[in-house]
Amino acid sequence: MHVTTVVIGAGHAGLAASHFLRAASIDHVVLERGEVANSWRHERWDSLRLLTPNWLNRLPGASYEGPDPDGYADMAEVVDFLERSAKDVPVRTGVAVTSVRRSDGGYSLTTSQGPIEARTVIIASGACNVASVPGLAAAVPSSVEQVTPFDYRTPSRLPDGGVLVVGASATGVQLAAEIQRSGRPVVLSAGEHVRMPRVYEGRDVLWWMHHSGIWSQRYDEVDDLTRARRLPSPQLAGASTLDLNVLTSLGVELVGRLSAIRDGAALFSGGLRNVAALADLKMNRLLDTFDEWAGTAPGERFQPTRVPDSSRWRLDLTSGEIRSIVWATGFRPDYSWLDVPVVDAKGSLVHDGGVVGDGLYALGLPVLRRRRSTFICGIEDDAREVVDQLRLDLAG
Amino acid sequence: MTNGVNVQALLDAREVLKGAPEAAQFTWRASSKWQHGVHSTTKIEKFFGLGQEQTHKHESVFEADHPAIFAAEDNGITPIEYLLVGLASCLTAGIASVAQNRGIKLNSVEASVEGGHDIRGILGADADVRNGFNDIKVTFSIDADASPADIEALVAQSQKRSAVFDALTNPTNVTVEVA
Ligand SMILES: Cc1cc2nc3c(=O)[nH]c(=O)nc-3n(C[C@H](O)[C@H](O)[C@H](O)COP(=O)(O)OP(=O)(O)OC[C@H]3O[C@@H](n4cnc5c(N)ncnc54)[C@H](O)[C@@H]3O)c2cc1C
Repeated sequence: MHVTTVVIGAGHAGLAASHFLRAASIDHVVLERGEVANSWRHERWDSLRLLTPNWLNRLPGASYEGPDPDGYADMAEVVDFLERSAKDVPVRTGVAVTSVRRSDGGYSLTTSQGPIEARTVIIASGACNVASVPGLAAAVPSSVEQVTPFDYRTPSRLPDGGVLVVGASATGVQLAAEIQRSGRPVVLSAGEHVRMPRVYEGRDVLWWMHHSGIWSQRYDEVDDLTRARRLPSPQLAGASTLDLNVLTSLGVELVGRLSAIRDGAALFSGGLRNVAALADLKMNRLLDTFDEWAGTAPGERFQPTRVPDSSRWRLDLTSGEIRSIVWATGFRPDYSWLDVPVVDAKGSLVHDGGVVGDGLYALGLPVLRRRRSTFICGIEDDAREVVDQLRLDLAG
Repeated sequence: MTNGVNVQALLDAREVLKGAPEAAQFTWRASSKWQHGVHSTTKIEKFFGLGQEQTHKHESVFEADHPAIFAAEDNGITPIEYLLVGLASCLTAGIASVAQNRGIKLNSVEASVEGGHDIRGILGADADVRNGFNDIKVTFSIDADASPADIEALVAQSQKRSAVFDALTNPTNVTVEVA
């Protein structure tokens, strides 16, 4: 089979790419190893709701039309939404791409359903294919069960007893809260994190991010792009604020960043106070930016993060206190099928605003073209611009 | 505006070393000699970095001993106090550098550092007490042409980039051998 453009992946990024390819009359196919919206169907935990409000989740060809624009969608609703935007998309589901290599006319793909030749390829296979678990996990005693967000579904599937949640970004704070509520005492290990209130001056904090233009800041205007691309997800979850103070009130115990596992004990950094201070300072700067943009007097400022006077820096993993560890330490993409030398030593795709070069493109990566690039609401502009470039490259 | 930190050199070094991780591998060295009692002398002059041997402008000499209340001669500060020297000077250097980079003029930066230490640990008097510090508290007094929030941010950022803060707050592998 020959096609001008192959899009790999039918998440929102691949679907958006198809929308603009069709508008440009470029013949293409979207290859998806599972189903449309596969990640949302199979790689998320049961209680997950989007942290972006419904009104904000726009895709080319689909916006929220339900009764609750200020609500936060559950996974069934997200899948519905993506399926709506997939109506006219030439998706071939159940086709896993197992290799992409350079060929004379572009790229040769090997798939679970046979070979395909393409002039150009758009990689929309996702930024969160595997859990990034630190190497020190190997030293965890075998009596402690370990799960990643991919294995985790609901607290009742964890063993009874204490749970160490490692990581305090969106995933970590959400799981820590529901596990603590299930009666399993949680110790939460927090490194650097991004604190945000759910609501500021009566508006969703993401309303401010969106309208103030912070989220549309372009990748070539960001001071330190490498840092911006590594920024952890904000501590947000559904309808109410979920910062470390809320978790402390629920009874979660805070400890510093996990720095080693030695002789069966987890050792945490003594720098918890500073990561909390950094997050508070950054949140306040963000709120100042909102005020400046709105031209209004400073609004509410939130309580500084409460940190225990002396947080534990050692936790015996053999005593029975901790029965399981949840690694909420982030996600990374999987490019094991990509046989083109465009991935750097750290496993990141090398690209300039989604243009890898030689007819290879990418969508859906952190700050690909804008701060909001990985979010559903960020794909429309990115996909339009990347497909525009692809069209020009084909013509040139 | 200047605090006397050559920030451009640091920024340049960062760019160069990004692409040359080998050159970024440093080894800091000290050599010590027992004098008498619990008194020892440690000298520091050479180190390795940027791919070659390096030498400080001068050799520095540090005396360590225990105070008279430990029935020693007090020829110098106790070894654990050297950690306070390292922490205070590292954070202060960080504050000066970050301030320079952010265009903040410093008028004065003073720190007092306190390390809480239960010496029953080192005496073997109670097996549940650790040998090292229980808590360290650093208090900065800073006079600078900046808002209180900007000063807080300087102090926070200096901790984030401090070698000694990291070495004290995180475990480090230590190998001690007999040559
Ligand atoms: C836990 C979590 C919560 C999130 N919450 C929000 C939120 O609230 N709001 C928001 O806007 N964003 C959120 N995001 C970010 C982002 O919207 C999602 O990561 C989203 O799934 C990204 O869409 P995508 O199309 O780039 O990738 P994916 O949705 O991962 O789609 C990639 C597709 O490619 C397929 N694929 C991968 N490799 C191959 C291959 N070799 N061959 C064939 N097919 C392949 C996969 O099966 C998958 O269907 C969240 C992300 C995570 C991980």
